[in-house]
Amino acid sequence: MSDELIRSVEAPDNPNIPDLRPGDIVDVHVRIKEGKNERIQVFKGTVIRLRKGGNNANFTVRRIASNGIGVERTFLMRSPFIEKVVVNRHSQVRRAKLYFLRGRTGKRARLKQKFN
Amino acid sequence: MFKGLLGKKIGMTQIFDESGAAVPVTLIEAGPCYVTQIRKPEKDGYSAVQLGFVEVNPKRLTKGQLGHLKKSELPPLRFLREFRAKSPDVQVGDKVTVEVFQVGERVDVVGTSKGKGFQGGVKRYGFGGGPKTHGQSDRWRAPGSRGAGSTPGRVFKGARGPGHMGNVRVTAQGLKVVLVDPERNLLAVRGSVPGPKGGLVIIKEARKQ
Repeated sequence: MSDELIRSVEAPDNPNIPDLRPGDIVDVHVRIKEGKNERIQVFKGTVIRLRKGGNNANFTVRRIASNGIGVERTFLMRSPFIEKVVVNRHSQVRRAKLYFLRGRTGKRARLKQKFN
Repeated sequence: MFKGLLGKKIGMTQIFDESGAAVPVTLIEAGPCYVTQIRKPEKDGYSAVQLGFVEVNPKRLTKGQLGHLKKSELPPLRFLREFRAKSPDVQVGDKVTVEVFQVGERVDVVGTSKGKGFQGGVKRYGFGGGPKTHGQSDRWRAPGSRGAGSTPGRVFKGARGPGHMGNVRVTAQGLKVVLVDPERNLLAVRGSVPGPKGGLVIIKEARKQ
């Protein structure tokens, strides 16, 4: 009963986020408010972590910004800031959390593509 | 206007506000409460409103409690609590619902904190404990010195130390009301609220506005 009440006030799942897997190369379309204007910014990178937890579920995307600096951003799955997520390709990975990518740069930071 | 409610803590979650930010909230199933008695200065020496909450099987109440409620022709109610109010604008038998509170308002929430049993000074009062290294043994979580030497030769009353922790009345002040749902008698306040899930909480207007 009380769980139902809690769920009833929580935000619904975002239908524009497909099933994500660790290692997916994705474009996250993020809504950004600048004063009165709203625009979409795309954050491109690799999903290195998925955390479950219903309303609090989130995922982290890592990308290499200019000068080879790694940037990670964590998004709440149900955040209204996320317009949509596009999966460009899947990777062959053998673990759930790809933290090992943090220590790698350049060609060693690549993941093998998975076709299905 | 009289503002006060009794409620049941449901639990915590997070919701998104209109700017899109995630807000941590506690849900409270609040009311509907009945006004069971009005305390008046002429008769009782002070003025207050007594509210009752949760209808129960009459077998759960004592004859005295039933008689008190029967006098004002109210259903059997499990909890009765008083709220100080200078000139209450409610009558005995009135129903008080979550609609007395508005979104954005500040409230104080009173609850009974979770009991932690007998706890040491480190958990109970945040004592630093002893050094973990440099040859120390058995003193990691010790409270330190309890009193000086022959002066004063005793421990002062009220000195902080190990003892029973929790299970006391705690007030969380100035919590912002985030959501009011009169249909389901639901209230959400920003932040945490004392007590376990299912525990009785008292919601009042914030003292410090």
